[in-house]
Amino acid sequence: MPVARVVVDVMLKPEILDPQGQAVQRALPRLGFEGIADVRQGKRFELEVEGPVDDAALARIHQIAETFLANTVIEDFSVKVEVGEGADATAVKAES
Amino acid sequence: MTARVGVITFPGTLDDRDTQRAVRAAGLEAVPLWHRDKDLKQVDAVILPGGFSYGDYLRAGAISRFSPVMDSVIDQAKAGMPVLGICNGFQVLTETHLLPGAMLRNNHLHFICRDQKLRVENAETAWTRSYERGQEINIPLKNIDGRYVADERVLDELEAEGRVVFRYQELNPNGSLRDIAGICNAAGNVVGLMPHPEHAVEPLIGTGRTDGLGFFTSILKRLVSA
Repeated sequence: MPVARVVVDVMLKPEILDPQGQAVQRALPRLGFEGIADVRQGKRFELEVEGPVDDAALARIHQIAETFLANTVIEDFSVKVEVGEGADATAVKAES
Repeated sequence: MTARVGVITFPGTLDDRDTQRAVRAAGLEAVPLWHRDKDLKQVDAVILPGGFSYGDYLRAGAISRFSPVMDSVIDQAKAGMPVLGICNGFQVLTETHLLPGAMLRNNHLHFICRDQKLRVENAETAWTRSYERGQEINIPLKNIDGRYVADERVLDELEAEGRVVFRYQELNPNGSLRDIAGICNAAGNVVGLMPHPEHAVEPLIGTGRTDGLGFFTSILKRLVSA
């Protein structure tokens, strides 16, 4: 059975200080890369899903993201289907 | 019979033995608990000790929060049992939402280890009754994920309700908002803080002072008066 991939991106909320992202941004000019005004660092989870990525599967993944992969006190997340059949749900954006 | 204080060991926990020792130094019985146990062995209070728990690679405390023992801890905490989270234990308590807010990487990105001066802002909680409000204590601090954050509404609520229990003095070691080093829940039975009182209970070890002992004697007072 083909396995579909669903990607969960987790980012710190915009108002939360991201010192890791800032450290990366500060390093850029030293490396000769100019013109990057800001960098924010996040996490990407790739979930290989068995079976169809239907609404029920997406709802379950949304729940995984909300309860575990992201801490919604400090982080926002988005869920999107990257590959796989039945992937007509192009992108499900969730702001928490 | 003396009061029994459970000390939970998660995989990777490294301050459990020090915490058990501190509990005994206060005249209490220390009961080791394993994170897979659901049974709290009829303890009167629980401490989630410091030292890195497994699963910190997701977020500090995020995977520990789902250990079987935590279901029992959450139930008992809501029923009023005293629970103290030290450092990684504090992170676990925020992940369970027993305490509000979250802990993030230090603003300077470095691991920090120092003797840290704190001001006791609330001496009414289950774990701070041996102190006086406004008292300054000096206990060790060691962490990389010690930056306390919460939104403005939550911070204002914590301040208004006297739930900021400890504030960093002289130096904010990690960028915690409003210099917050420790907080409690609304009932005052659940307390979390980043610095380590268990490392300052014997004059020969740590800061050379015993400023941390009050946490453990506080719980004795609380249990005796309960």
